[in-house]
Amino acid sequence: MAFEPKIIGFLCNWCSYTGADLAGVSRIKSAPNVRVIRTMCSGRIDPAFVLKAFQLGADGVIVMGCHLGDCHYQEGNYKTIRRIPFLKRLIQGFGIDPRRLRLEWVSASEGDRFAQVVNEMTEEIRKLGPLSLHVHRDAQQPVLHQ
Amino acid sequence: MVTITIDGKLVEVAEDTTILKAAEKAGIWIPTMCHSDYFEPYGVCRLCSVEVVRGKRSRIVTACNFPVRSGMTVHTNSGKVKWIRKLIMELMLSRWPNVRVVKEMAGRLDIGTPRFASLERDEAEDACILCGMCVNMCNEVVKAGVLGFAHTGIKREVVLPFNERSDRCIVCGACAHVCPTGHIRMVVEDYRGKKPEFTLGPKTPIYVPTLQAVPRVPVIDTGSCIHFSTGACETCAKVCEPNAINYAMQDETVEIEVGQILLATGFDLFDASAMAQYGYGRLDNVYSSLEFESMLNSTGPTGGKIQTKNGREPRSVAIIHCIGSRDTNHHPYCSRVCCMYALKFAHLVRDRTSAEIYQFYIDMRAFGKGYEEFYSRLLDEGITMIRGKAAEIVEGCWSANGEPSLKVRCEDTLIGRFREIPADMVILCNAIEPRKDSDAVRRLFSVSKSPDGFFLERHPKLDPTATSTDGVFIAGCAQGPKDIPDTVTQASSAAARILSLICKGEVEIEPVRAMVQEEYCGGCKMCNGLCPYGAIEFLAEKKVSHVNEALCKGCGTCVAACPSSAITGHGFTDQQILAELAGLMVSTDR
Repeated sequence: MAFEPKIIGFLCNWCSYTGADLAGVSRIKSAPNVRVIRTMCSGRIDPAFVLKAFQLGADGVIVMGCHLGDCHYQEGNYKTIRRIPFLKRLIQGFGIDPRRLRLEWVSASEGDRFAQVVNEMTEEIRKLGPLSLHVHRDAQQPVLHQ
Repeated sequence: MVTITIDGKLVEVAEDTTILKAAEKAGIWIPTMCHSDYFEPYGVCRLCSVEVVRGKRSRIVTACNFPVRSGMTVHTNSGKVKWIRKLIMELMLSRWPNVRVVKEMAGRLDIGTPRFASLERDEAEDACILCGMCVNMCNEVVKAGVLGFAHTGIKREVVLPFNERSDRCIVCGACAHVCPTGHIRMVVEDYRGKKPEFTLGPKTPIYVPTLQAVPRVPVIDTGSCIHFSTGACETCAKVCEPNAINYAMQDETVEIEVGQILLATGFDLFDASAMAQYGYGRLDNVYSSLEFESMLNSTGPTGGKIQTKNGREPRSVAIIHCIGSRDTNHHPYCSRVCCMYALKFAHLVRDRTSAEIYQFYIDMRAFGKGYEEFYSRLLDEGITMIRGKAAEIVEGCWSANGEPSLKVRCEDTLIGRFREIPADMVILCNAIEPRKDSDAVRRLFSVSKSPDGFFLERHPKLDPTATSTDGVFIAGCAQGPKDIPDTVTQASSAAARILSLICKGEVEIEPVRAMVQEEYCGGCKMCNGLCPYGAIEFLAEKKVSHVNEALCKGCGTCVAACPSSAITGHGFTDQQILAELAGLMVSTDR
């Protein structure tokens, strides 16, 4: 079976989540690989969430927020834009390619841009291949009991 | 008050009134050619000479600047006065035989061919008659002090300093306004470098913005008002009896505390000069829809007359739809109102002129109540509808009297032919577009925009007047192009929404809030500076931070930043998000 990347998307409620919603309502096709977690603001995204996502086996993490100046909470995305570059350097230390973490601005009206970003990210992760961490992952990974 | 006798009539006037004013009050006409109420009497034309009798002495004085005295008797039509007037008028006529005001005055005073021949004879119809009104206007009223007299006697002339263009001239046009002969003219060159026959927009610096303005009071355009460039003039204040004109008034920023805000900031009109093929701004008689609308207005620059720039009635009018709208190069959306106002234009042009009317449309969208009926009625009125967007407008078709007219090139897709339609006037139906400053406005209110740039509603069907920010509503063209009925509907709905919240008295807020668990808080104060709302305060006695729940909007920035995880974001706790994450990463492979 071909490799299908698992990507976790952290989307802010006001811009990116609405934009993703718009992409859906507008029936814009995008890769199904991004699994979305909604937060009220991209500033809510604790760096620990991103690390946890990688630990749990995500091949990539994409953080989306409002365009700078458009934040519903005035300046939450400015906090994000400072956190993500630090985080990129941090994950390099864990042996994770920084390209696996991506920060994008998607506004509520940019349904097509959401689809485009998701597709680009999916393609990039597909090229990078599955993330292999030198940890005993299976012990951490929850299994759906059928 | 003093009483004087003018031509046998008793007149009671205030002391120090001039004879001219007293005569005016008595209804007696005294000819004058250099007098104006704008400035102090100058007494240069001498035409207002009258005979004043006091006791046994009689003398000739100029009525415009001679004050009345008690018991004075004035003759404005005695033999001596008539003789002097005849002399003055003949001298003027001999020098400026073709100037209209001179000829008219001579006719009124019944003076025929002059007895003199002037060495300075000037045949021009707009010759300067040296009345000095422009000089007085410039020096006394405007106080720019640009115009003055040079030389004396027959060499006297009105000049600029050193006969050069003066920096101190503010181009107010006051001199041209008072010039009785048209010797001084304002040549208006608009940005197209052409001379418009009429300008659209206010004609004076003080004007009532529109007849529907609320409050309906005049405003002063400080950019063109003489007072604001030289500090003088104040003519409007002088004539305003209730003393309502206040030049010191300043723009002020007023802070008002409100609970809810309705954004109804309207739209901008697409600038058609961006589409060079239509010649807007380059060719005469190509108008934008709003310009034509102001021409139609009975209080507008032409008084509601539909006319070309040279003042003639157009023989044919072309109305071009979808300028900048339904156009992937500019705005892909439909501007919605243009089809119907284009039909209204056609109807009014048909009503007021005998011009041929051509409409160039892509699709007719008569979408509202009674609109389709109006469209059919217009078709019966004999409007020519051409299906096809006009390709370009060119100058051409020189008519018999040598004036250029325009030619509209288009493809008539219903007959499958290229056509060229002559038109004296072209009206462009410009697209409605978001206001230039709409991005700044929406950021101020944390409102998103839709792809077309208009403000984004909370939900296109279920909540079309609210926005993603609580208490901020939108209505009208700020939300998207719409006509008056739709705007009224949306605005009423927004008003009702606002009132319903006011009536309720209390507002429900989202339960998403941050909370500090004091037992874990180390008092590092890191979160205090992060909160954009200032909702986090440090309790000095407990040495912990505390979230004011009324101010907190629940963004969670502090939750993410707290180094000891002491802050919980209700609805989005760390446990909840991590559980979500774990759920998403569940493998279904095995």
